[in-house]
Amino acid sequence: MKITVCIKSAVDTEAVVALDGQGALDSDRASYIIDPYSEFAVEKAIQLKESGAADEVSVLCIGDEASMPAMRHALAMGADAAYRVDDPLLAGSDSSALAQTLAAALRSIDCDFIMGGCKSADTANAQLMGRVSVILDMPHIGVATGVDLENGRAMVRREIDDGVELLDVALPAVVTAQQGLAEPRYPKVPDIMRSKKKPVTVWTLADIGVNVDMVGEHAAKTVTHAFKLKPERVGGRIMEGEPADAVRDTVAALYNEAKVM
Amino acid sequence: MSIWVFAELKDGAYRRVAYEMVSKARSLADERGCDVGVVVFGRAIEDPRQQLGAYGADQVLVVDDAALETYMPDAYASACVELIRAQHPEIVLFATSSIGSDLAPIVAERLDTGLVTDAVAVESVEGQLVCTRQPYSGKVLQDVVFAEQAIPHLVTVRPKTLELAIPDENRSACVLVQSVAGFGDVRQNIRDVVRKVSERAELAEADYVVAGGRGLKGPDGFKLLEGLADQLGAAIGASRPAVDDGWIDIQYQVGQTGKTVAPQLYIACGISGSIQHMAGMSASKCIVAINNDPDADIFRVADYGIVADLFDAVPLMTEEFARIKNA
Repeated sequence: MKITVCIKSAVDTEAVVALDGQGALDSDRASYIIDPYSEFAVEKAIQLKESGAADEVSVLCIGDEASMPAMRHALAMGADAAYRVDDPLLAGSDSSALAQTLAAALRSIDCDFIMGGCKSADTANAQLMGRVSVILDMPHIGVATGVDLENGRAMVRREIDDGVELLDVALPAVVTAQQGLAEPRYPKVPDIMRSKKKPVTVWTLADIGVNVDMVGEHAAKTVTHAFKLKPERVGGRIMEGEPADAVRDTVAALYNEAKVM
Repeated sequence: MSIWVFAELKDGAYRRVAYEMVSKARSLADERGCDVGVVVFGRAIEDPRQQLGAYGADQVLVVDDAALETYMPDAYASACVELIRAQHPEIVLFATSSIGSDLAPIVAERLDTGLVTDAVAVESVEGQLVCTRQPYSGKVLQDVVFAEQAIPHLVTVRPKTLELAIPDENRSACVLVQSVAGFGDVRQNIRDVVRKVSERAELAEADYVVAGGRGLKGPDGFKLLEGLADQLGAAIGASRPAVDDGWIDIQYQVGQTGKTVAPQLYIACGISGSIQHMAGMSASKCIVAINNDPDADIFRVADYGIVADLFDAVPLMTEEFARIKNA
């Protein structure tokens, strides 16, 4: 049983987000980490390997050299191999093109179960893995907070708006991670040292058979037209006095000033 | 030419976001001189029209089948794709809900078209559809447009961001029962659905939210908040630490990895105000923070800050609201 986890090297949103002169994300000032949702998926995959439900875990990422720290982190957590698709022709690609790219790479990796994040914490488009499942003609189950593999099927607990659903699906399948799926481990120094010996394969689009007409700006179905920093919310005031006074004044303000009651 | 809204029924009634989307679809349709169709899937749907016409729908396209009783990704996607291919709407709006967020990307890929997710604004600018979303923990406003060939334009819309139209009770929609050739190979097998039924308002659509964090010191802290929430008819929310520590279920989590809310009033109790939490609630019209740490980040965004022990302040606030109501 081989699991491949699609991971994203994402902008650390705790850090400062700055825009450059053209109103695009200033990537020189951004710091990159493994996206937290990808990380939940990697952790779960490794736990499945440790429990004997899977034999091998690999990770797949689209990105340039800047995505190596995220990949190394996944290898240090316990993934066995990493694959990266790096091609300048990908610039300006939308979710549809990235999905084609991931799907083509996944076809080149021999795997039985595909995981990923249900969205990414930075761009939060939340559509990539769903699209990948359609391209590969596999069933998709999203927002999983529990996954087990049994008898060639994935047993999934999925979060819905007002509760949980329990489903199962035959493999191969695509399942995406939500917070709560697995608490990611912190790799220790020996794991980090060991990860340096694990294989990292870098592919171009040509290596995986992606038609250049399907990627890049000209193929994009959605285009970012403008990008600007949202004005920060400005704080109001601290209510003075004893708790009883502060509370009374606040409630009065909610009625009379903010008028939200 | 039409603009469609995919509307979800919950316990027989449309979610509020359906009416928000219909209102927007109506204004877009008026500009383009086309119709608004609302697509509804389910089983034994009693009253498919409800108020949809009043908010601007022209037709309600109903697919009523046992296969659609519960949301099944494959079945819903097949039916949706078949209807769209047959009738060619220009734009289809879905809610950013557990169903909409799951369904829309599958439908988009099967139709080989574009999708903008979690839009907080949808406008027509010089005839072009422009959707605004808020990536990077809500720090950035991103305007997205569709390529000409990306028809239909698919959008998932965040609840409580589009304005509700003033309903026109003289307007009604007609019901058009649809049949689909099949639901395809439905590969997911649902074993159980466990709904946390609550009398309370649902978090994503609530006008008032009372939320708790680490300052509650344990699951019992939420009982204190329930008293206040009851007084206000509010939903309960939580920050991630409270959920991670098992004090409350993840469905109540507000924040980057939880739900995004935009109530009239958000009362944050014992919540420090991390960036991730703020990403989920910064669109609230008014924020009240109760925290005994005067340096807590939450006070930087709260409209009204109360530096106090929440175990004193919350009961005091509950009493004060009760006093005013009974006065």
